[in-house]
Amino acid sequence: MELFKIKRDIPFMSYGRYTTAISLVTFLFAVLFLVTRGLNFGVDFTGGTVMEVHYAQPADLVKVREQLAGAKLPDALVQNFGSSHDVLIQIPLKQNVAGAKLSEQVMGALHSQDASVEMRRVEFVGPQVGKDLIENGAMALLLVSLGIVGYLWVRFEWKFGLSAIIANLHDVVIILGFFAFFQWEFSLSVLAAVLAVLGYSVNESVVVFDRIRENFRKMRRAEVTEIIDNAITRTMSRTIITHGCTQMMVGAMLFLGGETLHYFAMALTIGILFSIYSSVLVASPILMWLGVSREDFIKPEKVESEEVLP
Amino acid sequence: MNRYPLWKYLLILAVLLVGLIYTLPNFFGESPAVQILPLRASMKADIALLGRVEAALKAGNLNTEMVALDGNSIKARFADTDLQLKAKDLLKAQLGEDYVVALNLLPRSPQWLTDMHALPMYLGLDLRGGVHFLLQVDMKAALDKALEAASGDIRSALREENVAYSGVSREGNTLLVKFRDAAARTKGEAQLKQRFSDYALVEKELNGEFLLQATLTPEAEHRIGESAVQQNLLTLRNRVNELGVAEPVIQQQGADRVVVQLPGVQDTARAKDILGRTATLEVRMVDDEHQIGAGGVAPFGTEMFKDREGVAILVKKQVMLTGERINDAQPGFDNQNNEAAVHINLDGVGARKFKDATRENVGKRMAIILFEKGRGEIVTAPVIREEIGGGRVQISGRMTTEEAQDTALLLRAGALAAPMEIVEERTVGPSLGADNIARGFNSTKIGFMLIAVFMVAYYLMFGTISVLALAANLLLLIALLSMMQATLTLPGMAGIALTLGMAIDSNVLINERIREELRNGISPQAAIHAGYDNAFATIVDSNITNLIAGIALFLFGSGPIKGFAVVLCLGILTSMFSSVLVSRAIVNLVYGRRARLAGVSIG
Repeated sequence: MELFKIKRDIPFMSYGRYTTAISLVTFLFAVLFLVTRGLNFGVDFTGGTVMEVHYAQPADLVKVREQLAGAKLPDALVQNFGSSHDVLIQIPLKQNVAGAKLSEQVMGALHSQDASVEMRRVEFVGPQVGKDLIENGAMALLLVSLGIVGYLWVRFEWKFGLSAIIANLHDVVIILGFFAFFQWEFSLSVLAAVLAVLGYSVNESVVVFDRIRENFRKMRRAEVTEIIDNAITRTMSRTIITHGCTQMMVGAMLFLGGETLHYFAMALTIGILFSIYSSVLVASPILMWLGVSREDFIKPEKVESEEVLP
Repeated sequence: MNRYPLWKYLLILAVLLVGLIYTLPNFFGESPAVQILPLRASMKADIALLGRVEAALKAGNLNTEMVALDGNSIKARFADTDLQLKAKDLLKAQLGEDYVVALNLLPRSPQWLTDMHALPMYLGLDLRGGVHFLLQVDMKAALDKALEAASGDIRSALREENVAYSGVSREGNTLLVKFRDAAARTKGEAQLKQRFSDYALVEKELNGEFLLQATLTPEAEHRIGESAVQQNLLTLRNRVNELGVAEPVIQQQGADRVVVQLPGVQDTARAKDILGRTATLEVRMVDDEHQIGAGGVAPFGTEMFKDREGVAILVKKQVMLTGERINDAQPGFDNQNNEAAVHINLDGVGARKFKDATRENVGKRMAIILFEKGRGEIVTAPVIREEIGGGRVQISGRMTTEEAQDTALLLRAGALAAPMEIVEERTVGPSLGADNIARGFNSTKIGFMLIAVFMVAYYLMFGTISVLALAANLLLLIALLSMMQATLTLPGMAGIALTLGMAIDSNVLINERIREELRNGISPQAAIHAGYDNAFATIVDSNITNLIAGIALFLFGSGPIKGFAVVLCLGILTSMFSSVLVSRAIVNLVYGRRARLAGVSIG
């Protein structure tokens, strides 16, 4: 079986103007949503208490809310979680109440009404912890970006590092934009997924870049655009199949992994889709505009040959 | 050209075999067990204890799968949790107070695997259920305590040396010592310089007063904070032991935080109560000379506390003895009136101090104050009838038996050097833990199957080889995690799934390359060779960028993210081995022997 039998190179670079325009628009939309709506930070970052409780029969949310209001917690957010038997209770951080005591208070209130209630999970995060996590997350993002630019600079050329990281940070912003638009909960595991996408999507650019470098050496007469077009066309089959396979795994987590893994897998799914787009249709045009040329790679060979000559 | 020397095949085979052995224990699962640990370090779990445990279980008619001595503990494995709980109650009743009887899970793998240190991965709290606390140590309180103690010591040092001083006061992190004249200050400074090396001394004149300003040096400040955290860690360890948890994790995290993980603990309220309590004991003299001022204001140099009846008593600010000097505390009964009491055993220094204090104050009243959560309460304020030597003290004062037990436990567990606050709590119920395992396992299984079906259909023989390489990757990854005794969490399982999804990339790269070479009209053997060679550089590059992301996640991630990062990094390493070496070895075995190859099955 072979899905991609492409005889002639597809002139990706001649569409470069349009594809980058599209991604610029997507990017701006993502930024717009991030600014206007903001991320719906989970309890990991904002601090507060999240509880998951399980009832033997379908839970009556109205009653649960009443009980919590009776326990002096009127601002608790109560919703179903996964199934009608499971209830998620979110309580924002309070000034005076010792957060760690809150969960017992809640369980006490719920238990008095319905003895079948079972505690599944409690998460309490104090305000300082959340602040640290945001700082560490930002540091990790910065370190990953610098590390990747640095590595690609050493391995290829600074132009490659720069265009790859622009393309990939664009992916990250778009994932965040999705989370802002749909107001999905941005938790610690989503942050992990975002950072993993950064590494994964660079991987994609690297494969194309590798081909571009190889082509510069092999296709001596070709124009830069032809070289890039050929590199993308040759690697396209692999790109689609690899991402398809990764997506199968991620899709299994998305649908079967339960609530905890759902948004983790969601972030990965968006990241995978956009990393295909960005590494092919954003990174390469940027690389072209940065003026990548044969000299970037053939320089060392020239130096060698000069030395050998008497 | 596509042949490996024999040693290479053998090497790969050996690696896979080791991988298989270390992966195996994970398949046997775990049985409920009871673990018996001696409470104090001086006691040993030995054959005699093993005999007692075995006899007790036999007498109780509880069938065990295994009872064995392991290190300094005895472990007994049972078929189900029902038996386990019964055994715990039975052993607790039989062995008494000297041993901790904790519930635990033990691997069911055969002995020969255990002998090779092939143990299953340790399941994280989100998979087995339990409590995770992050506690923040109040460093300011630790410094306050140190400064308070120092001001007392400065007073007594100056008094000892007969230096005329008029007072010691505290302003923020500095102590101000007032002297009558410059000569006294010079003398005092010389004395203090010798004894208080932690403080930087500066002379100062203010409003005609001769002052000496003592400031804690930054190094000393750091050291005090460090030792406060260390003491709190030790105290927490003691308290957790009292709770009877099998494999608790108590670790320092960052400069001023402590992580406590209690697997399997369900009664979080009690755990929190015991951990969060900051009970310290202080012995001070009761001040009977002064009266409580109007509006409940305590006169200078005294403090007011209430006793259990709510009666206010004035006590001196000076502390005779603190809870740090306590060696042991046991609940018991007063010999005379059979009231519940706590018997305290002091260490050498404490015993001497107590002896001196009681000798000097015969006929006066002494107050034993228990501080819990910053609030002091006078437990008892007896009259000192005679000098008390030997370091044996008894506290009694209208306590219930239960209160006596709790007080003894808290005193025995030691005092916290500085109060702590819970800044993060994660509790996972056992049912959610089991669900999480099933979900993580199922999604990995389904994902793997989907990839396998697709790869075989798309690349035929080479697809099959790629799937075998992927399976080898999974095997090696789990073996590596088991060898490291890494903690498997749900994000870790997600990491395994994601690594597998990404690892297939290398094989896709190789297979696509081989196809391309074949299209260019090269002979099959040469195409295989060129395919692997050309793909290799790309594989290395793309894996290194992934590795960079993984390492950054490891460095800056906390808790669950760290687990994910570890799996990601290890998975990248194992995938390099399996997708390049293992798959090549199989390809060589299948195709490499034939000199003339008409074609390869690559779809």
